Amino acid sequence: MSNLTVLLFLSTLLFSSSFAFQSDELLLDDEEFGLEGGSHPRSPEPVTSDSPPKQTPSIRRRYSDPDLDSKIQFTLEHAFGDSDFSPAGTFSARLKTWSHGGQTLTKLRFSRNEFSDEEKYAFQTLLKGDDFYRIRLPSNVVNPPGREYVIASVRARCLPRDGLDEHIVIHMDGANILAVSYGSPGACPYPRQLKLPAKWTFNSHTILKSGEQAPRTPIFTEEILGSSENKEGEAEAPVERSFWAKYWMYLIPLGLIVMNAVTQASNMAEEQPAGSQGQAPAAIQRGSAPRRR
Amino acid sequence: MAMAVRVYLLLFVFLSSAIVSFSLYEDQVGLMDWHQRYIGKVKHAVFHTQKTGRKRVIVSTEENVVASLDLRRGEIFWRHVLGTKDAIDGVDIALGKYVITLSSQGSMLRAWNLPDGQMVWETSLHSAQQSKSLLSVPINLKVDKDYPILVFGGGYLHAVSAVDGEVLWKKDFTAEGFEVQRVLQPPESSIIYVLGFLHSSEAVVYQIDSKTGEVVAQKSMVFPGGFSGEISSVSSDKVVVLDSTRSILVTIGFLDGDISFQKTRISELVEDSGNAEILSPLLSNMLAVKVNKRTIFVRVGGNGKLEVVDSLSDETAMSDSLPVADDQVAFASVHHEGSKIHLMVKLVDDLDNVLLRESIQMDQHRGRVHKVFINNYIKTDRSNGFRALIVMEDHSLLLLQQGAIVWSREEGLASVTDVTTAELPVEKDGVSVAKVEHTLVDWLKGHMLKLKGSLLLASPEDVVAIQEMRMKSSGRNKLTRDHNGFRKLFIALTRAGKLFALHTGDGRIVWSMLLTSPSNSEACARPSGISLYQWQVPHHHAMDENPSVLVVGRCGSDSSAPAVLSFVDVYTGKEISSSDIAHSVVQVMPLPFTDSTEQRLHLIADTDGHVHLYPKTSEALSIFQREFQNVYWYTVEGDDGIIRGHAMKSSCAGETADEYCFTTRELWTVVFPSESEKIISTLTRKPNEVVHTQAKVSTDQDVLYKYVSRNLLFVATVSPKGAGEIGSVTPEESALVVYLIDTITGRILHRLSHQGCQGPVHAVFSENWVVYHYFNLRAHKYEVTVVEIYDQSRAENKNVWKLILGKHNLTAPISSYSRPEMLTKSQSYFFSQSVKTIAVTSTAKGITSKQLLIGTMGDQILALDKRFVDPRRTLNPSQAEKEEGIIPLTDSLPIIPQSYITHSLKVEGLRGIVTAPSKLESTTHVFAYGVDLFYTRLAPSKTYDSLTDDFSYALLLITIVALVAAIYITWVLSEKKELSEKWR
Repeated sequence: MSNLTVLLFLSTLLFSSSFAFQSDELLLDDEEFGLEGGSHPRSPEPVTSDSPPKQTPSIRRRYSDPDLDSKIQFTLEHAFGDSDFSPAGTFSARLKTWSHGGQTLTKLRFSRNEFSDEEKYAFQTLLKGDDFYRIRLPSNVVNPPGREYVIASVRARCLPRDGLDEHIVIHMDGANILAVSYGSPGACPYPRQLKLPAKWTFNSHTILKSGEQAPRTPIFTEEILGSSENKEGEAEAPVERSFWAKYWMYLIPLGLIVMNAVTQASNMAEEQPAGSQGQAPAAIQRGSAPRRR
Repeated sequence: MAMAVRVYLLLFVFLSSAIVSFSLYEDQVGLMDWHQRYIGKVKHAVFHTQKTGRKRVIVSTEENVVASLDLRRGEIFWRHVLGTKDAIDGVDIALGKYVITLSSQGSMLRAWNLPDGQMVWETSLHSAQQSKSLLSVPINLKVDKDYPILVFGGGYLHAVSAVDGEVLWKKDFTAEGFEVQRVLQPPESSIIYVLGFLHSSEAVVYQIDSKTGEVVAQKSMVFPGGFSGEISSVSSDKVVVLDSTRSILVTIGFLDGDISFQKTRISELVEDSGNAEILSPLLSNMLAVKVNKRTIFVRVGGNGKLEVVDSLSDETAMSDSLPVADDQVAFASVHHEGSKIHLMVKLVDDLDNVLLRESIQMDQHRGRVHKVFINNYIKTDRSNGFRALIVMEDHSLLLLQQGAIVWSREEGLASVTDVTTAELPVEKDGVSVAKVEHTLVDWLKGHMLKLKGSLLLASPEDVVAIQEMRMKSSGRNKLTRDHNGFRKLFIALTRAGKLFALHTGDGRIVWSMLLTSPSNSEACARPSGISLYQWQVPHHHAMDENPSVLVVGRCGSDSSAPAVLSFVDVYTGKEISSSDIAHSVVQVMPLPFTDSTEQRLHLIADTDGHVHLYPKTSEALSIFQREFQNVYWYTVEGDDGIIRGHAMKSSCAGETADEYCFTTRELWTVVFPSESEKIISTLTRKPNEVVHTQAKVSTDQDVLYKYVSRNLLFVATVSPKGAGEIGSVTPEESALVVYLIDTITGRILHRLSHQGCQGPVHAVFSENWVVYHYFNLRAHKYEVTVVEIYDQSRAENKNVWKLILGKHNLTAPISSYSRPEMLTKSQSYFFSQSVKTIAVTSTAKGITSKQLLIGTMGDQILALDKRFVDPRRTLNPSQAEKEEGIIPLTDSLPIIPQSYITHSLKVEGLRGIVTAPSKLESTTHVFAYGVDLFYTRLAPSKTYDSLTDDFSYALLLITIVALVAAIYITWVLSEKKELSEKWR
C-alpha cells in the first residue's frame, strides 16, 4: 500500500514538475489554510484557464493525510454585459475523498484578480447602463468545466460600496457545483443609484454550501403513544383539585337557583304578611282615589 | 385549572365543529356539487341487440375505459376504467353474455358480465416481447364444450377458454419473430389458419389444430418487396396487403395451404397514384384504399384480379362490414357536404344498391366524422333498418337513426388539458334572464316546509318537496353574475382542441367551440389544444365589454411545430380572431401588465430563444418597453438537468423586421449533476393568488414575516436510478432533493435532501409554503413534507415604535438582488395513500384558512386542513399554542372519511384539480377533471359570512311578527289595566 502511494506521489510529482513553478507556490499556501471564505484581495496571479481538463497541475497528494486528499483549483470567470468571459480569480480548495466514495470540498479560499484598466472601463459602462455583471464557474471542480458552466449575474450597481463588495455562495454536491449565488452582501434597494466605487478592490466573501439532510419523520409507535398517554394520566391524577375547581360548573347554577329561591322565598314571606295586611290600605286607597278626584 | 378545562372544552367544540364542517348531510348532496361521467374517445364498438330487452353497445376508448351504453338514450349502464398503462387493444362479445377485453399489448384478457359489468374472469397471458396484439373470438368454434378465444400478443398465440379464462394451449412464436396478422377459421373445421409475416417480408401460414394447438401444416413464401401497413382480408382464403413502397397491392391467397402472391400496381387502378393506405380492413370481397385523398373501392375477383368499382372524393369515414339478411354484407360510409353529413349504407356486392341514405344537419363545431360503427335492426314493417354510431373529430359520440341524432355524448370532456374560470355577464335592467318565480305565498309556503324540515316534523313527501325546491332554488342556473360569485363559467380546453364553457350551477355546457386554424392549410387543419390564458378581464367596462380567453394550439405534437392563437369571447363562445403565428410556442408567460382595454400582455417564447410580445399593438409595446429592464424568465431543461434564467436583451431587429420580437440573454444557470440528480417536478405559485397577511404572529407574540415572492420555483430531483417505479431501487441508491430557487437571480434559497426516498413527487405551492408528497423507501410509506419560508431581513420591523415613527422598511420596494435572509421550517408526516394530484383552496381575499385538496389513488378528493401540515406542530403543544389551534404532532396525517369532498362519488381517471375564489370570502370553487368531471363549492372555515341556504327566514319572520304582536297586545292590555285602575 505504502509502495503504491509513494509511487503515486512520485508520478504526480513528476507529472506536475513538467508544469512549471506555479503549483509549488500554491503548495506553500497550503500551510496557512484555515481561513475559510476570508477576503483575500491580493495581487493578480497568472492563472491558466486553458489548463488540461483531466489532470490539473494542482492536484497533488500529501503524505500526512490518511484520507485521499487533493488540492484543487478552479477559476472564476467574469463577463461585462454581453462580453465574453475572461478569468477573474482563482478558487483553491482541498478536495477530501471519503472512504465511502463521497467527496467534499474544504478550506476554500479565493484570490481575486484586480481589474485592469480596460475592465474598469467596462465596469463603469455597466454601472452607467445598470447592466449585468456576470460570473461563471465550472460545474465540476475535478474536471472543469464539467458538463456546463454555472452562471450567475447581478446588476452592476449592486456591487459598489466603498470598494466592490461581493458575496459568493457556492452550492456544492460532492465535487459538483450546482449553482452559485452572486451579489452584494447586503441589500440592493430597487431604484438603484449610480455610484462609482472609491477603491477598485474587491472585498470578497465566499461561502460553500451543501444541502441539508431532511430530518427523519418521527415515528411514534403505539407504545410510546400509550406510555405518554399513561404518563399524562398519571401526571394528572395526583393533582389534587379543589372541590370548587371540580364542581364549579354545577355549583354556580346551584348557587344561582338557591339565591333565586331565597330571594323569592323572602319576597313571599314579605308578601304574605303584606298581603293580609294590605287589604285595608288598598281599600283605603280605593276609597281615597275618588276622594282625590 | 378552570381555565384549562374551558380551553379544552372550547377546543373540543371547535374541533368537532371543524370536522363536521367538512362533511355534508345526505340531503345536501347535489345541491352545490355536480358530477358528470364520461368515457373518452371511442376506439371500438360492439353492438349487442339480438336479444330482446335492453339494447346496448359495448365500447372501448382511448382513455382505457370499457363501457356498456344504452342504445336508446346513451346512458352508461356500466363502465370500468382500466389503469393508465392498460390500453385496450380489442373488445368483443363471447358466448353472448361476456364482454372480452384484451389490454396491455395483448397480455391481459378479461371477461365482464354483459348485463351488469361484473368481472367474470381475468387471465394474465405470458408475453415475451413487444408486438402488435390481436383478439379473435371465433363464432362457432367449439372444442370439447369449450369455446376458445384466440389471442396473439407478445410473441405468443394463446387459446383461452371463454367460459373460465383458462389457457387451453399456447404456441410460442417468439423465436422466429413471427407476427400474426389474421386468424381465419373456415366454417365447420377444427383447423384454424394463422397468417402472419416474418420480418415483414415473408408470408407464413400455419394450420393449427384448434383442439391441441399443434401445427398441422406450415407454408411460407418470401415476398421480396416486403409488406407494410394494414392487412385486409377479403375472403376466407385471400388477404390483400400493401408492399413496402405503398404503391403495389399484393393479394395473398392461401387456398389449401399453398401461398400465392399476385401483384397489382395502384397506378394501374387509378391514374394519380401516390402513397396508398388500406382503409377499413374488414370488407368482404372488397377493399377500400385511400389514395391521394380519394377513397377507391376495389373488388377482388375470384381469380385474384382487382378492379375499381367506385371511388369517393373528400374525406369519408367508413364502417366495417355488417352481415345483413340473405348472405349479404353491407357497410356504411359517412361524408360531409356543407353543414350536413350524409350517411349511406350500401351492399358490398352491389354498390349501386343503397339501402339507406340519410342526411343530417351537423353542428359545425363537431368537426369531421372520424369513425362509424353500424348496426342493423328489423323495422316494424319487417325491413332492415340501420343505426350508426359515429365518433366526431371533437371526440363526441352520436347515435344516428332514422335521419336524426338520437343522442350525443360530449366525450371530449374526458380529456381536458387546461381549465380556467370566467365570470358571467352582469345582469342588466330589462335583460332579466329569469323572472322572480315566486309569489309571496309560494315563498312563505316554501319556508314553512323548510321550517318543518329543520324541526324534524316533515313527512317523507315533504322531504322530497324540500329537496326538489332546493335543487331549483334561487336561480343557481341563471346565466348572469350573482352577488356571491357562486355562478361562474369554467372554460375547459380538451385534447381534441375544443373549448367548452361549463356552468357552475349544474355543469351544463353553455357553449362549445372547436379550434380551427385560420389558414386552413393542409398541414394544420386541426390544431390540438395546449393551454388557456385569461386574455381580457374587463373591470372598468364590465357592462359593455366581454371578457376573452387566449387559446394556444399547436399543429402537431412536436414542440417546434407552428402554433395557432385564438381569442374567444367568453360570453358568447365566438372566436374574436385567430392567427397562425410563424414561430413555435415553448412557453407562454402572462405578464402583470394590461393595456388600456385591459388586455393582458403575454410573452411567448419560441424554440430559437426569442420571445414575442402579444398583443401586437404599439401601446402594448410601449408598456413593455417601460418594464423592459425588469422582465425575467426561466426555462427548465428537464432532460439535461439544467435550469436557465434569462433577461431581455434587445429587439431582434437584426434578424427580422418584427418589432414585437425580442432576443434574450442568459443570466444564470443551475446545473444538476447528471449522475446523481434528475428533475422530476417543477412548480411555481399560482400567479393570481391573493395573500392576505404577510406576517404571522406566533404564540409568544413574536412576528414572522412570510417570504412571499412570486419568483420562487420549487424543483424536485431524484437519482436517475430512482426515476423508475417505486420499489425498483434500494433505499441506498435513491435520494430525493428538493430546491427552492429564486427565478430572478438563480439563488438556491433552500435545498433539502431526503435520503432513501423516491418520486413521483406531487407538490402544491401557495403563499410561503410548499407541501410535497413522495415515497419513503426506508419506511415503506408515503410521506408528506411541508416547507415554510420566512423572511428574516424584515424581522426588525417588529418594533412598534419604528412602525409608529415610520422608520420601518415595509413600504420599500423589495429587490431580488438584495441578499435574502431566510428561515425555513419543515416537517414530515406519513400519509397512508398514494396521490394523483394536490391542489389548495383559494379564496377572494386569502383570509379564510386553507385546505389541501388531495386527489387520492381511489379517484376521490380529500380535503385536509393546512393546520395538519404546519411545521410548528410539536408533540406537546403548550397552552398558548393549543389556543392558537396548533394540533399535537402525530407521525401520520389523519384521513377522516367525512372529509372526502367527493363524498360517495369517484372522479375516474383524476388528473387535475382547479380551485377558483368566489366573491364570498368563505367560499371557493373546486373543479376536478379526469375521465369524469366533478364540481363543488367548499367553505374551508364554514360559511361564516353568509347564512346557509337552510336558514329559515320564515321562522325569523314569524318570530318577529309574533314578538311585535305580543308587544302590541301586552301594551294594549297594560293600557287597559292602567286605565281601569285609574278609574277606580
